[in-house]
Amino acid sequence: MEVAEFEALLPLAGGLSIGLAATLLLMLSGRIAGVCGIAFGVLTELTSGAPRFSEISWRVLFIVGLVGGAALYHFISGAPMPKVDNVSIGVLISGGFIVGLGTKIGSGCTSGHGVCGLGRLSLRSFVATCTFMLFGVISVYIFRHLLGVI
Amino acid sequence: MAGIVAVVTGLLFGAGLAASGMTNPEKVQGFLDLTGVWDPSLMFVMGGAVVVTLISFRFILKLSRPVFSEQFHMPSSTAIDTRLIIGAALFGTGWGLVGYCPGPALAAIAYLNSDVMIFLVAMFVGAFLGQELLKPR
Repeated sequence: MEVAEFEALLPLAGGLSIGLAATLLLMLSGRIAGVCGIAFGVLTELTSGAPRFSEISWRVLFIVGLVGGAALYHFISGAPMPKVDNVSIGVLISGGFIVGLGTKIGSGCTSGHGVCGLGRLSLRSFVATCTFMLFGVISVYIFRHLLGVI
Repeated sequence: MAGIVAVVTGLLFGAGLAASGMTNPEKVQGFLDLTGVWDPSLMFVMGGAVVVTLISFRFILKLSRPVFSEQFHMPSSTAIDTRLIIGAALFGTGWGLVGYCPGPALAAIAYLNSDVMIFLVAMFVGAFLGQELLKPR
């Protein structure tokens, strides 16, 4: 295995900020900062037949914050926005689809199972995190090194 | 209050994702590329975030209730079942394929990039299908 040159400080600072966000959301509102749980909760409400405004509004505001926070970071730091290059539309659609399906069926993603689940020492979240990390590694191996599609 | 808390925590979360490189699919795939040229930097994101929650959640969950809400809304399931494993496996596969997980993909709306939008639409369609599949019938 080759290891790329990398920077640790900025990722660590970003991680601390994410941890702080999860801390404040749980302490103040009693909510777990799992982004798919928050985002897909909007979908569940909207398709429930009797959508509750209070359940939708805070979720949408969190997502607005998420987008605003990323924009502000690039605006203030001057760091260039990452570009997505040469990704075929088929890859985007199939990838997006299984990410949505998988996180819904598995009840969580990197933030819900990873950051928050591990934080509250949930064995279920630990197993989920190990599983999606493992399959992420296998996926990159297959699609990049065996098939060469990414 | 719930609205203000949501915006502020969203801002911190989104800035953290952008600063850490999680919104850069190339970086994410580099992190998952153990068999190629591995970029370990994203370990520090997860590490930094989990160190904070590991400590803070200890204290928070001892409170009788959150500051601005009646109760904690905690996940109730502790089951380690095929549903969990299949879901996580599907998610991991898609995460590796494109390099976006749901949080960073939503934050990346800020980049006004059509690829992200296509990914997000497909993601919500997948989640909707999952929701319908899970409905008791």
